Order: sequence, then C-alpha cells, then structure tokens
Amino acid sequence: MTSPTDAPDKSAAAADTLRGGPRRGRVRKGLGRGVPLPLLVPALLGLAFLVLPLIALLVRTPWHSLPDQLTSPEVWQALKLSLLCATAATAVSLVIGVPLAWLLARVEFPGRGLVRALVTLPLVLPPVVGGVALLMALGRNGIVGKWLDAWFGVTLPFTTAGVVVAEAFVAMPFLVISVEGTLRAADPRYEEAAATLGASRFTAFRRVTLPLIAPGIAAGAVLAWARALGEFGATITFAGNFPGRTQTMPLAVYLALQSDPEAAIALSLVLLAVSVAVLAGLRDRWMTAS
Amino acid sequence: MTHTEKTRKTEKAEKALKAEQSAYGATGVPGPAPAGLDAHLVVDRGSFRLDVALTAAPGDVVALLGPNGAGKTTALRALAGLTPLTDGRLRLDGAALERTAPESRPVGVVFQDYLLFPHLTALDNVAFGPRCHGATKAEARARAAEWLERMGLADHAGAKPRRLSGGQAQRIALARALATNPRLLLLDEPLAALDARTRLEVRTQLRRHLAEFEAVAVLVTHDPLDAMVLADRLVVIEDGHIVQEGTPADIARHPRTDYIAHLVGLNLYKGRAEGHTVQVDDGPAITTTEDLTGPVFVAFPPSAVTLYRDRPTGSSARNLWQCEVAGLETHGDQIRADLTGELPLAADLTTVAAAELDLHPGATVWATVKAAQTNAYPA
Repeated sequence: MTSPTDAPDKSAAAADTLRGGPRRGRVRKGLGRGVPLPLLVPALLGLAFLVLPLIALLVRTPWHSLPDQLTSPEVWQALKLSLLCATAATAVSLVIGVPLAWLLARVEFPGRGLVRALVTLPLVLPPVVGGVALLMALGRNGIVGKWLDAWFGVTLPFTTAGVVVAEAFVAMPFLVISVEGTLRAADPRYEEAAATLGASRFTAFRRVTLPLIAPGIAAGAVLAWARALGEFGATITFAGNFPGRTQTMPLAVYLALQSDPEAAIALSLVLLAVSVAVLAGLRDRWMTAS
Repeated sequence: MTHTEKTRKTEKAEKALKAEQSAYGATGVPGPAPAGLDAHLVVDRGSFRLDVALTAAPGDVVALLGPNGAGKTTALRALAGLTPLTDGRLRLDGAALERTAPESRPVGVVFQDYLLFPHLTALDNVAFGPRCHGATKAEARARAAEWLERMGLADHAGAKPRRLSGGQAQRIALARALATNPRLLLLDEPLAALDARTRLEVRTQLRRHLAEFEAVAVLVTHDPLDAMVLADRLVVIEDGHIVQEGTPADIARHPRTDYIAHLVGLNLYKGRAEGHTVQVDDGPAITTTEDLTGPVFVAFPPSAVTLYRDRPTGSSARNLWQCEVAGLETHGDQIRADLTGELPLAADLTTVAAAELDLHPGATVWATVKAAQTNAYPA
C-alpha cells in the first residue's frame, strides 16, 4: 500500500475475496453478515503487523547451521542461566506474591487501593527504570544494599542472584494480579465454612483456598515465568552482562546481533519456541473465549 | 487448669474453655449459667436493623421462619460469628461468645448450598473439622468414617462432592457440621437446594438426625412445611424483628400477621370483638362462635369459603359478602380465587365448581363463611 489512492480498491477487492461466494460455507458463516470495511481492513493490518515479524524470523533462520548454533557452549550457557533465573524468580514471586495477592483480595485495610497501585506499577514501569531503582535500593550504596553488604556481606548487583531479583521485580506483578483476580472470583464462603469447622484463617487458606485457586496460581506463575525469561532492561541495568553469570538469553540475543546476526536469529528462535510452548500450555485458560 | 481469667487473648485459652464446655455437655454436669442458647442479636446494616432475641434449651430445634430479606440468614451468620454483632449478647452454655472468632465457637453450620470443599473427598470433608480441632489425620478420618456410617453414606467416602446427589451432599454437610461436636447447630435453608422428591426423603432423615442431636439446633427457612416438620418451636421474623413465636400448631392456628396467615393458608383479619361479632378494622363484621371482647384476630381457611354467582337466599351463613374476582390460580387440584371487595379473601373451590360459576377475573360473586369455621383469638 504505497499510494493512498489505490489502497481502498485493493482492500475492497481483498474483502470481496474474503467475503466469498455462497459456496464457501465456512467463510460465509464468519464474515458473510457484512463485516464493515473500516473495521475489517485495520483488523487484517493489525494481524499482519503482529504475525509478519515472526514469519520473517522463521524465513531468515539459517536452518542448515542451526544445530551448530544451538549446541555452541555460549548458547547453552545463556539458555541454562535464563531458565534457572526465570524459575528462581518465579519461585520468589510465588512465595511472596501469593500472600500479597491474598492480602489484597481478602483483607480490607486503609490504603488498599494505593497498595494495589504500587504492586501494579512495575507492570507499566520501563524495566530500565526498575533496574535503576533496584540499584538505588539494593546496590552496594543503596539504602538497603549498604546494610546487606556491611552486615551479611551480601552483594546483589552484577551477580546471578541479582538477575533473579531484577526478574522477580518485573515479573511478580503479573503473578499477583492474576492470583488476586482468581481469589476475587473464588467464593469466599468456602473460607467461612472452614472457619465454622474450626480452621484458623491460615489453615483455611492453606487447606481450602490454596487448592481451590491452584489453577489461577499456575497460570500466574507461567505468565510470570515467561515475563522473567524475556526480561532485559532491569536485568542489564541491575545485574550487568557477564557471560555465564548474568548474561541471560535476551542479553545474549542483543549482543549477538552486533557481531553474529545468525546466532542472534538462532537464539531468538529458541525464545520463540519457548513462548509458543507457554502459550500452548495456557490455551485452555486464555485462548478460549468465555 | 484454671479458666477464671477469661481474657480470651490466646487461642490456647479459647481451646481450654471450649474443652471445658464440651466436657460439661458430655457429662451433663451443669455449668454455672443455664445450658443452651441465650442470645439477643442486634446487627445494624445501613437501613436494615436486625433485633432478635433467641433462647433455646439443649435438645431444642428452633426454626427461624420469614420472608426473603427478613434477616433470618443474618441472624444465623451472627450466631456463627461470620457477621459481627452491633449490639446485644450471645451466650452458649453460659459462655459469652460475642467477641469469639467463628473458628473458636462451638458452632456447626450447614450452609444453604452446603459449601462442601470441592477438592476433598466426602470423608475428608467430614474429617476437616476434627482435624482443625487437633485430631491426628487417622483419628479424624476414623471419626469421619463413623459419621458417614451413621448417615448411611459409607459407600461414598471416596467420592468428590460433584459426584454426590443433592440429598447425599446435604447429609455430608450435616455430618461435617456435627463431626466437631458443636453445642449449637445452624442450618441455613437446609432443604432449599433439593428437588421436590429428594426433599421429602431428606426432610424425614433430617428430622431424625435433629431429634438425636442433644444440643441446640437453629434452622432458617422460608418454607413453613420444613419449619413445622423439623422444629419444635417457630420464630417468625419479618423486617428484622420477631413478629410471632410458638409451637408450629399454635402458629398455624393463630397467625398474627398476614405473612404467616398466607404461609399457613388462612384468611386473617384484625378487629374488635363484641361477643360473637367481630368488627374488622376497615371492613365488615364477622360472626364467630367464640365469645370475646376487645382486639382479636379472626382466621378461617380458604376452603371454608363458599361462592355463589347470585346472592344466596336460603343460606344459613351469617357471613355474606359481595366480592370481585381479582385473580385465579391452580393450587394442587383446587382453584384458589383471590377476591377483593368489602372483605378481601382467598377461597378454594374445585375446578368443576369454578367452571359452573363461570369465574373469571372481574366477575362478581357472593362469598359466605359459616361461623363455626372461623377461629377468633385475642390479639
């Protein structure tokens, strides 16, 4: 669509084709009731915009050299580190994020709305800013990091643990929001029933609520894990880019693109495959329209 | 062990206190205060205020009966501790429970839709309570198995709630509530979730289990039949207040509000008696057999009303009114006519009679009631 004048003709033709004749049963069923062009054209454009880059990635993949690329020690190192850190970050998010979600969903306290906004903030915050903020808090001279260093000799920045911290910071809100939504949808009267049977609030949470919201927690964990796996900005800012220690897949992809584009494509393909696998795992939850 | 210092700040103290209470219950040694329930429940919720006094002795089954929104369920939740009291008191076997958390009250609840934990088997649902009260897993399961046996559900021990029928789920819910040996059993609309056939069977079983239960049972229902079959005493609540209480027979014979009269299927009027004549407030006089003076209620069943197309000439009935048919509905194999006029009333007649009278909304009819079929009692 180079010239704006011929664009309408083209799309009108395309729409006609798609609308199809009466013999094309399936198409007629979906689009035949007259999808208005001002909606159909941008919709198809939107679809192409999202799918085209992925197709390009597949088209440009050096399939013949792919096995060598993927078995190189650097790739393995980055992939292993990525999986390890994303999993650890998810575990951290679960341990502190699920109770936080419970607090937000089940306990009424002053300023709950503000707390929820603060929890959601990392979701919209540029990850680089998150990285800088983490440095200010947990860096060697950070307001907490100073004491961690002085009292326990713990240094987080530019370590593998730092990668986990950065990824958890960015990924945990996804888990909290997901679990909180599930908790709100879950019937709180089950907890009341547990209470009348003598269960303390914690026992009710552990033995009744947790099993009931397990699917929601699993979905939130997968989402958080995927987000952690792709985390770039906060990680490179807070943990740096040391191969084997803090260089995760996204960092490796970015670096490889400068020196060895084929390697970058191969690495990207691995991440794409992982993402597709994640989506496939979640399809029952999010891909079926309710 | 001394429990004199009833601070109830620690859970330990709670448990000790509870142990003491159940010990009293088991051995029959009377506590310092009278056994059973002594409650005055006041719950303020915006424009709605519940203000209800309830007392019951161990072994009593009390039904809270009332229309939707009357506050029955709120009363039940207040007894369980799920809704805090604004004011009033709650004593169970002499112990003050107003500030006790729900999990520390010796109270069992059967919820309207049972709320069986969907991820646990029937056995583990019943074992949940004993487990929370400190029994080991094996002990709790053994006790749960006994309860399932008593409920005739031993075969369903391993079934998840969604595999159970409505009647089975109801019995599991009852077993689950009873397995903690509560001193107060609460049942919220225990039969509402069941279909008509199951209902009959479960009602009979529930009646038997409630009769065996040695502590206080309070059930909430909007169904007068459930209330009358299951309870020894009815407490009728309307708009947050008790409007009448008494035995089922007493309430059925002598309703004091339109709601109750309608529930038990009676025409009810308030008026002033002067010998055998009752002057109905804003209405005609009704002749009765009772000889009374002062404010009274007069009640008679719809079946006592006879309808005529034209003014009857030879009828001996002294109570004769001209009415207009406002509506007709089938009521079992009968037709119930809703009549307006100088005395609004409901009349039952057979389908054949309705056809012969050519009854239709708007038709004018004459209604008579024999004095012998009315029942007058002081208001």
